[in-house]
Amino acid sequence: MINHRAIKVIYQNEMTRFFHTLFQSIASPVISTALYFVVFGSAIGSSINSIEGVSYALFIVPGLTMLSVLTQSVSNASFGIFFPKFTGTIYEILSAPISFYEALIGYVGAAASKSMILATIILITASFFVDLNIAHPIWMVAFLVLTCISFSLFGFIIGLWAGNFEKLQVVPILIITPLVFLGGSFYSVSMLPPFWQTVTMFNPVLYLVSGFRWSFFEVSDVSVTTSLAMILIFLLICFTLIAWMFKTGYKLKE
Amino acid sequence: MSSIVSIKNLSKTYDSGFEALNSINLDINKGEILALLGPNGAGKTTLISTICGIISPTSGSVSVDGNDIIKDFRKTRKIIGLVPQELTLGAFDKVWSTVNFSRGLFNRKKDDAYLKKLLKDLSLFDKKDSELRTLSGGMKRRVLIAKALSHQPKILFLDEPTAGVDVELRKDMWKIVRKLKSSGVTIILTTHYIEEAQSIADRVGVINEGELLLVEKTKTLMERLGKKQLIVELKEKAYQLPETLNKYKLELNEDGSLITYTYNAKDGGTGISKLLGAISEAGLVVKDLQINESSLEDIFVNLVKKL
Repeated sequence: MINHRAIKVIYQNEMTRFFHTLFQSIASPVISTALYFVVFGSAIGSSINSIEGVSYALFIVPGLTMLSVLTQSVSNASFGIFFPKFTGTIYEILSAPISFYEALIGYVGAAASKSMILATIILITASFFVDLNIAHPIWMVAFLVLTCISFSLFGFIIGLWAGNFEKLQVVPILIITPLVFLGGSFYSVSMLPPFWQTVTMFNPVLYLVSGFRWSFFEVSDVSVTTSLAMILIFLLICFTLIAWMFKTGYKLKE
Repeated sequence: MSSIVSIKNLSKTYDSGFEALNSINLDINKGEILALLGPNGAGKTTLISTICGIISPTSGSVSVDGNDIIKDFRKTRKIIGLVPQELTLGAFDKVWSTVNFSRGLFNRKKDDAYLKKLLKDLSLFDKKDSELRTLSGGMKRRVLIAKALSHQPKILFLDEPTAGVDVELRKDMWKIVRKLKSSGVTIILTTHYIEEAQSIADRVGVINEGELLLVEKTKTLMERLGKKQLIVELKEKAYQLPETLNKYKLELNEDGSLITYTYNAKDGGTGISKLLGAISEAGLVVKDLQINESSLEDIFVNLVKKL
């Protein structure tokens, strides 16, 4: 029997935290998105030719959204589970009649929901700067949901693994941000020299951004099926890792 | 009396190699108050944490109300409430929302009337909309108790409930504990305050270095190990005990004004009247008499010292 009430209260509790800091939660992505549009879209973008028939300001919308979604998913989910571990309140989760997976649904579900809300806000902000037409809305939502969930899972792993605040912040800053910037968020991979094109192929974020961008403009660096497959593989890896952590009680139970 | 918690050969060795529990066997009776006594690091918290599911045992088993704590963890945890030793609470949650959160975690339907009464009993109701970080230490402790009771558990674990708690809260707490006991709740508490274990517990278990040294009815324990002391105050100081008194194993204090006679109240003859006769025969004049009963604390210190 699934303890649905526990999932619900964990989810609600996490969402309450989000709404308590609503201004911070929303203001920072909105402001940074607006800044990117002013700098890249209007100032620099006007002197850049359109990429594969898409104006530069429009071209960066999916990448910009992914940048926020990825960093926020990881930081929200990692913080969500790290904090109870840090303060000790996790004793309640561990002593409650709930399985690790139910707790996971609550925490990761909340982190993914926050990222979805954020993505929606960013896209709305973007629509004030550019004329946004989404070619495949259903695929767009599918890519977004899958990305939010898989990176929230990844964040959950980071939160479990991190022993201190430093480690908690290192991953988003040193791994996620570089991967997003180098994953073709702000340029088409075809603009790179061949060697760097090959290197970029090893960057998982490339596949996310490419697939997501395809759902907007039908323009992509790699095929959509490859993008989808890569996201699913990443999701599977995160899930396997979490399953192993739960089975062994890694960093949760002694 | 039927047992509600049954612990069999429970051992726990931490990854560091520290052996916190060494083959513990213990049956906790339904409806009793059991006090676990032991010095810091004795394994009290490890034992409680294992039963509650926070720590995985290395070997052995625990069943709660007939269910295994690992295989049937949903059934066992649902009837257990835990008040941890540390004041572990979120900072920004409000009192009302945090007790509702706890109730939900334990898969209980919302029940505002019950929670309202619970907060009132704990003198927390007027703080129900306060953020947890704004509360004093004592209030936080009350919130932890409210959280532990939010799902109406049948078994309540109180880990060092009176550590750093003022007199008023301590009194309130024991009032609540007694009330819970009368409603049939089984209570297990760990404490350093031995007088409290003595006054509130039906049984006392003594743990040291991961081993359960003994579990005994508080009264029996006091009787079995309870030594009494007769202190005789002399009118005139004696510089040495007369030889005629040698067979009584007496102690004379430094300035020679007090003679201490230690005896066991359970022994048939205490030998007091003979001793008093011998004292006056030896020419000493008794000014006053005093009898000290050894407390649980003395018993405890003796036990731990011996092993």
